[in-house]
Amino acid sequence: MLTALYVMIGLALLLGVVLGYSALKFKVEGDPLIARIDAILPQTQCGQCSYPGCKPYATAIANGEADINQCPPGGDAGVRALADLLGVEYKPLNAEHGVPKPKAVAMIEESLCIGCTLCIQACPVDAILGAAKQMHTVIESECTGCELCVAPCPVDCITMEPIAESPTNWKWRYPVIEIKQVAV
Amino acid sequence: MNAIVNLNKLFKFNGGVHPPEHKFESTSMPIKVVSPPKTLVLPLRQHVGNVSKLQVNVGSHVLKGQLLAKADGQMSAAVHAPTSGTIVSVEDQLIPHPSGLPDISITLQSDGEDRWMAHQPIDYRNLSKAEVLERLREAGVVGLGGATFPSHIKLREDTRHPVKTLILNGAECEPYISCDDMLMRERAIEIVRGIEIMQYLLDAEECIIGIEDNKPEAASAMREACVQSTIDIAVAIVPTIYPGGGARQLIQVLTGKEVPSGKLPTDVGVQCFNVATAYTVHRLVNHGEPVISRIVTVTGNVKRPANFDVPLGMAMDELIKLAGGTAEQADLIMGGPMMGFNLPSSKVPVVKATNCIIVSAPEIFPEPQPALPCIRCARCADVCPVGLQPQELYWFSKSDNFEKARDYKLFDCIECGCCTYVCPSNIPLVQYYRYAKSEIIAQDKAKQAADIARERNEFRLMRIEREKAERAQKHAQRTAEATGNAGEDDAKKAAIASAVERVNAQKAGEASAKAEESN
Repeated sequence: MLTALYVMIGLALLLGVVLGYSALKFKVEGDPLIARIDAILPQTQCGQCSYPGCKPYATAIANGEADINQCPPGGDAGVRALADLLGVEYKPLNAEHGVPKPKAVAMIEESLCIGCTLCIQACPVDAILGAAKQMHTVIESECTGCELCVAPCPVDCITMEPIAESPTNWKWRYPVIEIKQVAV
Repeated sequence: MNAIVNLNKLFKFNGGVHPPEHKFESTSMPIKVVSPPKTLVLPLRQHVGNVSKLQVNVGSHVLKGQLLAKADGQMSAAVHAPTSGTIVSVEDQLIPHPSGLPDISITLQSDGEDRWMAHQPIDYRNLSKAEVLERLREAGVVGLGGATFPSHIKLREDTRHPVKTLILNGAECEPYISCDDMLMRERAIEIVRGIEIMQYLLDAEECIIGIEDNKPEAASAMREACVQSTIDIAVAIVPTIYPGGGARQLIQVLTGKEVPSGKLPTDVGVQCFNVATAYTVHRLVNHGEPVISRIVTVTGNVKRPANFDVPLGMAMDELIKLAGGTAEQADLIMGGPMMGFNLPSSKVPVVKATNCIIVSAPEIFPEPQPALPCIRCARCADVCPVGLQPQELYWFSKSDNFEKARDYKLFDCIECGCCTYVCPSNIPLVQYYRYAKSEIIAQDKAKQAADIARERNEFRLMRIEREKAERAQKHAQRTAEATGNAGEDDAKKAAIASAVERVNAQKAGEASAKAEESN
C-alpha cells in the first residue's frame, strides 16, 4: 500500500520536473496563430484593411478584433484560407475595404519627379530608390502594388501599371468544353 | 563490343499506348537543306531559363554564325545569326508558344551571301572541361528533343553524382515526328562524334543509344557508325511504345532504374541527351559552328511531307510551302499530336524547340468529341507511364484543389497525353493538369514574393525603430550635456559668492578696524 503511494508520488514528482523543464526549454516565442494568419495574408502592406500592415491585421484577427474579410488583395481565396484556418464561416469580401484588382506595380514618370522623397517614406517595403532632389525609381521586382506611394506624390507622377501577360507569366486556362446543341 | 549493360535484358515501364505512327510519310525522302530565306525572326527566348542578352544594334551587319544575344547567367543559352545580313528590328513578335503572346525577337534581313564568320574547331582535349562547357554555353547548345534545356548544365561533371551511363535518346516515340530518325540515318557518324565529346565531358563508363524498333534503318546506320568510334557505344533496340522516348521512360527501359520523384537522372547515375543535341555538339566542337539550324519534320496535310534542315528563324509558312502545303486557313501543330500545341499563326519562326510541324486537317485530326462525365474506369491509370492516378488528379485539378493535386504528385506528370488518348469520356485530362500546374506555380511565386515583402517590411519597421532609438539617445545625450553645463555654472556662482563673501568679510574687518582706530 505504502509502496504504491511512494511510487505514485515519485512519478508525479518526476513528471512534474520533466514538464516544468520542457515548459521552460521549449517555450514558443510569440503567438503561433498570428504567424499562421500572417502567412496567409498577401503581404502587400497596403493598409486597406484599416490596419497599418499585414502583421497588425493578423494580430487583430487573432485577438478577435477584426473580421476575416477585410483584405482585398488576398481576394476570395484568402478569405477562404482564413476561414479554414480559424474554423469560422466564410463570408464574402467586405466592399468597404475595397475590391480586388489585378496585380500592378507602381511606375514613376521620371521626367516629372522632383525628388521630394515622400514616396520613399510611404513605401512599406523599401521598393523605391532615390535621394532628396534626385530622381526616384521603383524597383519593380520588390513592389507589392500597395498604392501607398501614389497619394503622397505632390506632382502626381506615380501611376499603377497592371502587370501585362507575357510568355513567362502566362498561365494555361481552365479547359472550357463547348456545349453544343444536338437537337432542338 | 563489350557493353557493360546487358542489352538483351530490357525493362518495362508502366502503361503506355500505341497510337498510329504516321512516320512513314515523312521518311521517304532525304533531308533537304533549306537555304536561308530573306527574313529571319529570332526570338531571344528559345530555351529554358533567362532571356539572352542582346549584343547587336539595329542596323548592324552580321555574319553567319555571329553572336546576336549572349547567355545571361548559367541557366541560359546564346542566339546566333543563321545567315549573314542586317539587323532590321528588335521588337516583340509572335513566337511559337502555346500562349500566343508576342516576345522579344530579332529580325534579320539576309544579304543573300550567306557568308560565314571566321570559325574553327575546338581542340577539346587540350582545353579544360570548364572551358569546353563555356564554349557550349556561348554556342547556344540546348536539348533539341523539345525541352531546350541548356546542355552545358547537364554536361557538367558532378562529383557527388557521377554519371555512369550516358544515354542517347533516338527513340522518337511520338507519332508523325521523324527528324531524329532521318538525322540518324543520314548523319550517324556525326552523331557518334558528338557522343564521344559528351562521353569525354561526363567521363561516363558506358554509352547507349536507345532506338525504337520501328526505325531499323536508323539503327543499322548508327550501328555502322558506332563501329568506327574510338569508344564503346552500344545501340539498343527498344520496343515501340508511346511514351518510350521520354527521358525517364527510356532510362527505365534501358537500365531498369526508375528516377525517383523530385530527383534528376544524375541521382541514379544516368544522363540522357537527344541524338540531335549530340549532333550539334559535334558541329560546334569539330567545326566551330554554333546552333543556327535544326532538322524539322513537316508533315500532315502537305503534298510532300519530308524533313528539312532549316535555318532557325525561318517563318513556318515558307517552310510549309517547300513541303507542298499551304499554311493559310489551316491549324498548325508544333510538336507531335500527343504533346504538341496549336500555333497562334503560320508566320511564327522555327525555333530550337521546333522538331515537327503538322499541318492539320479535319480528316487527320477530327474535332474532339464533347467531354462526358468521368466514369472512373481507371483506364488512364493503366496507361500512365509515371504510375500516377490521373482520375484523382483530374478531380483535384477540376475543383481547384491544388494542394491535394500536388500531394498526388501532379508535378511528376510528363504531360504525355496517354490518359487523354484512352479516356472513353473524351475528357481533356492533360489540359486540366497544365491548368493546375501553372496555377500552382503562380501561387508559389506569389508566396515567395509575399515572403520577401514580409521580410522587407519587417526590416523597414526595425530600421525605423532603430532610427527612433538613435534619435532618442542623441537627444538624451544633448540634455545631459546641458545639465552638465548647469553644474559648472553653479560652481562658478558658488566661487563668485564665496569671493563676494570674502570681500564683504574683508570690508567688514577693515570697517571694524577703522572703528577701533577712531575709538
